[in-house]
Amino acid sequence: MRLNHQTFMRGAVLALAMAGMLQGPAAWAQQKFITVASTTSTEQSGLFKHMLPVFEKKTGIQVRVVAQGTGQALETGRRGDADVLFVHDKVAEEKFVADGFGVQRFEVMYNDFVLVGPKADPAKIAGGKDIIAAYQKISAAKAPFASRGDKSGTHAAELRLWKAAGIDPQTGKGTWYRETGSGMGPTLNTASSMNAYTFTDRGTWLSFKNRGDLVIVVEGDQRLFNQYGIMLVNPAKHAHVKKELGQSFVDWVVSPEGQKTIADYKIGTDQLFFPNAKR
Amino acid sequence: MTSLWEAFAAAWALIAGFDATLAQIVGLSLQVSLSAVLIATCIGLPLGAVIAVGRFPGRQALIVLLNALMGLPPVVVGLLVYLLLSRAGPLGSLGILFTPTAMVIAQTLLIVPIIAALSRQTLEDAWREYDEQLRSLGARRLNAAMTLIWDTRFSLLTILLAGFGRAAAEVGAVMIVGGNIDGVTRVMTTTIALETSKGDLPLALGLGIVLIGLVLLLNTAAALLRELAQRRYG
Repeated sequence: MRLNHQTFMRGAVLALAMAGMLQGPAAWAQQKFITVASTTSTEQSGLFKHMLPVFEKKTGIQVRVVAQGTGQALETGRRGDADVLFVHDKVAEEKFVADGFGVQRFEVMYNDFVLVGPKADPAKIAGGKDIIAAYQKISAAKAPFASRGDKSGTHAAELRLWKAAGIDPQTGKGTWYRETGSGMGPTLNTASSMNAYTFTDRGTWLSFKNRGDLVIVVEGDQRLFNQYGIMLVNPAKHAHVKKELGQSFVDWVVSPEGQKTIADYKIGTDQLFFPNAKR
Repeated sequence: MTSLWEAFAAAWALIAGFDATLAQIVGLSLQVSLSAVLIATCIGLPLGAVIAVGRFPGRQALIVLLNALMGLPPVVVGLLVYLLLSRAGPLGSLGILFTPTAMVIAQTLLIVPIIAALSRQTLEDAWREYDEQLRSLGARRLNAAMTLIWDTRFSLLTILLAGFGRAAAEVGAVMIVGGNIDGVTRVMTTTIALETSKGDLPLALGLGIVLIGLVLLLNTAAALLRELAQRRYG
């Protein structure tokens, strides 16, 4: 019975050595990289998978994307945990820069939001163009509506439209207005399973596979415009921000080559994002 | 039902056409969770042993605390580690947020209580059984603890597997501290969450089947090892 202390200690040392080894490879492969906090819509629509290899091939800089809601992404930037933000809530982005957390905001591209809902269309709004009228009809019919409820860019846009329609959706909470508190995909999953209306960006919708009975019911309204912006996190606030690498990514995204790469991304024949950087 | 079959088809397609991306994701899952188990064992096992054979004030409270901590929600652990490792946090200067190292730390914190609490129970039961015997041999508590660990090694192996299961299955903590970065911190569970988000439910479930298969494989290997060792050492 005594033998074993030695065996045991040997085992423990071996285990520690192995733990060290397992950590090894990741530590060696030190490539130039930047961290970009972005939104679920850009990640889940597949845009980054299309775009980033082009940039990496050209510059050798790996872009590590953390996909979050815009609210969370801005918080990540505020805390200094990302070098660049690529998000879509103009009002919040301008505040971010004004507060000194971002250097300068550049417009990158736009797509649009659409209202999707069940084929049965209980609020009788299908085919319409007026998003405000549609919202009023949904609220009047008390038709189920799934909201992100997560302070994302899409959520902020949805709330602005309720305000414009003169409706406080919180009054429908618990009955027809349902906040999922999650990303666009999970919210679409929820809407699809309870046949609810929901407000989504077109990119996520086009790449979403579990649609069930959901179809686009309202699109094409001017107010459904969805602008994306990009900005370097301010090195003056966070000294470790990779200023040169991060800025080279920002510059590339708004350059003719970056803009063309965005325009080239299609699902089937549908173009998902429309570059509109001002140069 | 059809989607269930689709899931199995997807799982099969994933395994049959084993591509580099999947291999990388599976490899990272194993690397992170096995590292966490190893480190958590180095902390949790001695801790459990000390509590099992030691007699000190507050011992009972410590046992209750450890048992309670087994139920730590992964999201809470993730958030805690996130706040610690964030650039604005106390350990921010390390710059390891959104890396596999951060994920190992989170999973380690998550399973140390499991390994400590369960091994404490196992060792204490064994200690009760052999108490007199060990004392009559004049063994000091430290030596006694090591002897007990060796004697109960097969039960302890099961505890480590439980720890591994918890680490490999959780998604809340690694999602927050890893960030699910493609090719860097994307593991099986975060991939499943992502594919669910995209509405590709068959693929998500297919990945889930692959994950279960992997855990099954590891447990089989452990069972075989145990069988072999038992035959050799009796």
